[in-house]
Amino acid sequence: MGRLGTITRRTFLVGSAAIVGGVAFGLYKMATPHDNPLEDGLDEEAVTFNPWILIDSEKITLITPHADKGQGVTSMQAALLAEELDVEFGQFETSFGQPSAAYWNTAMADEGVPFMATDKSFMAESMRDVMGGVLKLMGLQGTGGSTSTPDSYEKLRIAGAMARETLKLAASKKFKTPVDQLKTRKAAVIFPGGKTLNYTELAADAALISPVQDVELRDPSEWRLIGKPMKRVDIVEKSTGILKYGIDQVQKDMVYATVKVNPRQGGDLKSYDATTAKTMPGVKKILPVTNGVAVIATNTWYAMQAVEEIDFEWGAAPYPAEQKDHWDRISKSFVEEKLDSEWRNDGDVETALRVGKVVTAEYRSPYVAHAPLEPLNAVIRVTDDTVELWSGHQMPRMLQRIVGNVTGHDASQVIFHNLYMGGSFGHRLEMEHLKLVAEIGKQMRGVPVKLTYSREEDFAHDFPRHIAMGRGQGTVQDGKVEAIDLEIAAPSVINSQMGRAGLTIPGPDAQIAAGSWNNPYKLPNYRMRAYRVDELAPVSSWRSVGSAGAGFIFDSFLDELIHEAGADPMVERIRLMGDEVSKAVLETVAEMCSWGQSLPKNKGRGVAFVESFGVPVAEVVEVTNTNDGIKIDKVWIACDVGKIIDPVNFENLVQGGVIFGLGHAMNCEITYSDGMAEQSNYDSFEAMRLSQCPEIFVKGLENGAKVRGIGEPPVPPAAPALANAIFAATGKRLREMPFSKHIDFV
Amino acid sequence: MKIIVNGKAFEVNVSPDMPILLVLRDDLNITGPKYGCGIAQCGACTVHVDGIALRSCQLPIGDLKGEVTTIEGLGTPSSLHVVQEAWIEHQVAQCGYCQSGQIMQAASLLDKTPNPTDEEIEKEMSGNLCRCGTYLRIRAAIKSAAKNLENGE
Repeated sequence: MGRLGTITRRTFLVGSAAIVGGVAFGLYKMATPHDNPLEDGLDEEAVTFNPWILIDSEKITLITPHADKGQGVTSMQAALLAEELDVEFGQFETSFGQPSAAYWNTAMADEGVPFMATDKSFMAESMRDVMGGVLKLMGLQGTGGSTSTPDSYEKLRIAGAMARETLKLAASKKFKTPVDQLKTRKAAVIFPGGKTLNYTELAADAALISPVQDVELRDPSEWRLIGKPMKRVDIVEKSTGILKYGIDQVQKDMVYATVKVNPRQGGDLKSYDATTAKTMPGVKKILPVTNGVAVIATNTWYAMQAVEEIDFEWGAAPYPAEQKDHWDRISKSFVEEKLDSEWRNDGDVETALRVGKVVTAEYRSPYVAHAPLEPLNAVIRVTDDTVELWSGHQMPRMLQRIVGNVTGHDASQVIFHNLYMGGSFGHRLEMEHLKLVAEIGKQMRGVPVKLTYSREEDFAHDFPRHIAMGRGQGTVQDGKVEAIDLEIAAPSVINSQMGRAGLTIPGPDAQIAAGSWNNPYKLPNYRMRAYRVDELAPVSSWRSVGSAGAGFIFDSFLDELIHEAGADPMVERIRLMGDEVSKAVLETVAEMCSWGQSLPKNKGRGVAFVESFGVPVAEVVEVTNTNDGIKIDKVWIACDVGKIIDPVNFENLVQGGVIFGLGHAMNCEITYSDGMAEQSNYDSFEAMRLSQCPEIFVKGLENGAKVRGIGEPPVPPAAPALANAIFAATGKRLREMPFSKHIDFV
Repeated sequence: MKIIVNGKAFEVNVSPDMPILLVLRDDLNITGPKYGCGIAQCGACTVHVDGIALRSCQLPIGDLKGEVTTIEGLGTPSSLHVVQEAWIEHQVAQCGYCQSGQIMQAASLLDKTPNPTDEEIEKEMSGNLCRCGTYLRIRAAIKSAAKNLENGE
């Protein structure tokens, strides 16, 4: 990767850069699907430039800057580049590249504006363009919000096509053959008559000419790769144990560290006594860090053993010590002065609530930890001039600034090696472990240190998904749902998360009620108000963010109303649906499961629909009420992402998302006592095991106008579909996750 | 202390109560076995000791009797074990962090029970946690591997 570091944006402004006999291609001018007049006034340098393709005399390297947490974006990005570049899997290497503003995420704007994904109005589209411009200026390189595919879908194909056309031009000049007589295939230019020249043989010549800017993307009918099953680039390494994650990194003369920080998150350290720990085997040093202590040893295990022998006196938590007080604060926040936004006020709810049968209900969604299987870790080496850092992270540029602030280096001096991650689910958006490793590295100047969190420390410092409470009032009449008046109160996850990064985000937090305010139903009367609860425990984005809680609340309440009306849960949802793409998703899942067929007495089915990250998703869960508890038998899921890049990875991710949603809804929560999380390992936070895993039937539709990501959207409908199925099977309505508090699972 | 891993003998100078997981990872730089929970709840650290699948986070080196095989010793990209072949064919992995342990557990299962029933698969594999939720592919891959074993591959 060292060579790539030498590619500067300025170099590219004057053409493709010569890199020791090679050539790097990128986009000079970004094509956008919408003409945005605001972009015209921007400094050209802020838009560009970004190298994605590096070819030298030996090999082709595709840069895949979106971080891979397991969702397979390395292969996805490579496939988009390779499609237009005309290279095959096996003919290139991939690299996560160096952090760069050039890799700003073009798709995050869609999630950053307070408009429904189905809203294509001038105002909504203009705001998306404005937000896109802001992100572009910030150079915000980030992976999250299911944006990797929408960000890459067009941009990387253009990058591939530019490189291909430039290579053809170079071949044309060198061998005096008109460009239009040249073809490309399998990483080679093909001349009339069949002679071929490999890209690697053309690299030096291509480096001398300006890259071709005007390219036309191929018609989808010509695609070789996109939409067809692919073999993931990481699959062999991940099946043979040789892939090196962050936790597997080794540097020469490296020492091993672990930390213990006040488990009352944000509380201080009053004092500690490390007399015993200092004398333990393998211990080299005991260092103070913010609100805690680090132990440096010759082996991670020695460090973890020693830190347990330190006596700590911890300060109090800056939030209520007991869980019931968290709920109490939320319960008291349904008041005018806490109103964050009245997102919807369709029809006339006040009047509608006076007619027909009134239903009321209250729902709770708990704190939930991310708990990816690879605990937090990083390797650091701090010297006077540089900080070198190895870890897997979703925000590579932001971390350079934050780590540099700790060590006293400029962000440009922080060399970050991004790595494959053993899961994240949002955990690796956070910076606290990197601040700590920076504090350690600063005190161990010159010595490489690997920090590994124990699983218990990881749980104690997992900023969980925010808790939320929902209160609904609604009416039904003549077998139909007439009105919903829904209120949701929750702390602001955006405020909590961005606050830790030193940023303030103005305006309402769309995530407090995501999955509720933005659903595409067309109810005759619908009011949706979100209340912002003063910060409680620090919280973070958890796979699908607000939609996991608020989607459960909305869909569960809708289901209650439909049952009260005596209507069919599927038929009534379809009748109420105001968006054609979403309606097709519901109709598809109904067809997949033969909805309406009679079931044995102890079985029940529930349907749920939640749109998140622009993806409408409908799920049907079928359960059996056995003598030992609820058994989840089958799940059918239909969703629409506009275009599926790789059907194999798509199915795997969707099934995994369903399992993630079901497993946490079944039995996972984080609760606080004495200011500390009560769950510290997988014995008390189990989610789903293989023996509980249902059959899951997946269908992806491609009717949506925009291409979307699928990492998160399958999660939110899983919980309400399960609760609705349990109601159908048992008559028991579950209004609080995890459901294991109220019912047993097999 | 002596430890034999993947057919090679090593001499290590560590406390006898150190779990072999950390001996392998930090002293021998054999990183296929993963640290996930430290309390035998996730199975990411699964290795074979004389062919039996064990949680290496729970086995102190001082108590080790037998030869250790890790995922690196089970098969390599150029010489895959039948279970690894099936894992690749079904593209099981997402993040892949648990898969070393899953594969070692599955290899041990098929060694004892070459043609396992659904119940036997569930019983054997439910101690191995996958946070990404690849369970359906794990099931399918085990069945493929069993079939390939039966066909004498």
